[in-house]
Amino acid sequence: MIPAMASIILAGVSVEFPVFNAASRSLKNRVLSVATGGAIDRRVDGHVIVRGLEDVSFAVNEGDRIGLIGHNGSGKTTLLRVLSGIYKPTSGSATIHGECVSLINISLGIDPEATGRENIRLRAAMMGMRPNELREQFDDIAEFTGLGDFLDMPFRTYSSGMQLRLAFSTSTAIRPEILVMDEWLSTGDEDFKHKADRRLREIVETTKILVLASHSRELLRKNCNRILWMEHGRVRMDGPTNEVLPAYFG
Amino acid sequence: MLPTKTGVLAEAFADISAALKKHHLATTFSWQDVAQRYRRSRVGAFWLTINMGVLIGALGFVFGTLFRTPMQEFLPYICVSLIFWGYISSSINEGCMAFIGAEGIILQVRMPLFTHVLRTLYRNAIILGHNILIYPLVLLAVGRMPTWDVLLALPGFVILSLNLLWIMLILGVLCARYRDMTQVMQNLLQVILYLTPIMWMPRTLPEGISRLLLDLNPFYHLISVVRDPLLGELPSATSWMACIVFAIVGWTVALLLFGRYRHRIPYWL
Repeated sequence: MIPAMASIILAGVSVEFPVFNAASRSLKNRVLSVATGGAIDRRVDGHVIVRGLEDVSFAVNEGDRIGLIGHNGSGKTTLLRVLSGIYKPTSGSATIHGECVSLINISLGIDPEATGRENIRLRAAMMGMRPNELREQFDDIAEFTGLGDFLDMPFRTYSSGMQLRLAFSTSTAIRPEILVMDEWLSTGDEDFKHKADRRLREIVETTKILVLASHSRELLRKNCNRILWMEHGRVRMDGPTNEVLPAYFG
Repeated sequence: MLPTKTGVLAEAFADISAALKKHHLATTFSWQDVAQRYRRSRVGAFWLTINMGVLIGALGFVFGTLFRTPMQEFLPYICVSLIFWGYISSSINEGCMAFIGAEGIILQVRMPLFTHVLRTLYRNAIILGHNILIYPLVLLAVGRMPTWDVLLALPGFVILSLNLLWIMLILGVLCARYRDMTQVMQNLLQVILYLTPIMWMPRTLPEGISRLLLDLNPFYHLISVVRDPLLGELPSATSWMACIVFAIVGWTVALLLFGRYRHRIPYWL
């Protein structure tokens, strides 16, 4: 059996957000506007549309390590969500082959009142890890946190550094085909930082496609072989790292 | 471009079957939801049981006296009624929030959307599981023995839950788009509570209007298929038929709606 290739193809992708002001979002107004004879039409009703992405096309193949750059509001987060299959483009098409995991908020799903062990389970489920996978990996994750007996204590008793350790260890235990990251995960204390950086590099190497949004030139230079520069929801420039980075950072 | 009807259905089926396959997600999160609420209390989730028990005792006493019904008959009746009404009404109420409440997850993790609806139903089923413990206690207190008919409550529970799921799915989608639907539903449920024989018994209704008020009320049929067997009666064939018809019609509408708007849900959040 030939292993399926991971790939992402975006063709003419646009994403438009409806902005419901109080008027159009409520049913009451819908009903009232019908009752008044429809003199107030939908446009006056305030059906404002914000375009997050406009006509974005590119293909990502296995081995691509893509860095996303652009100013705030340039459409990076929206693009990350399209790439992870959360937003389906309002026009154009996004074809995604491969299992995609996003490391955007690594604390999603954590319950402060639950113990460390329970939280490993919760977080792993949120990452899409199957119960049997978790059973296999549980001890490794627990050991990687370096929290020892604290794993049986409620999460809320942890220092913020310890909380990050647990979230990080669990979130990075997964080996997806496509990995989407919003900023590099930097983890508190020096001692854990090296371990964590090594682990991250390991994932980045084993994953077939990496998409990393970042503002750090250094980080992008080290991890990416291709850079997408987004501006006003469009691709401003798409090319090898050593061409796009100087153009963007000047 | 409007998607075809088969495309819409395929879309809905794909999401729902993925959610059923990743069943463990809904179970994990729903247990977590219940555990979270009672994490630091001594009796934990059994506060649910205690609260319900007190309510049943109080309402049983008040209404039993008011209607001059013998306690031996009225107490088991209101016990089962309130427990299952609790299941129905909070499933529907929380079903409105199924997608809105899971915004954080929906916008960050790719997960079947139906998982959030399942999670909501499971959470309420777990709560029901705690509450139902009162039922044998009440039977014991009034000195009644359960009959084998009790077993018929199980298929009743299944058809009730299947109906709740489509209601929740439709409301989840609608409430994500129109936020004040949640309030509308809350009001509606309040009214239904009084229109449906839950705190009062069907036979206390005056002759004539009674059949209409009962037969045209879907909630009467939904609650009857579980309640009657637990009270040692056979649910009427009409009630069962009604529940099956609701399920078929309801699911058809729900699948079409969900398939059509599934992709829009993240945009609405």
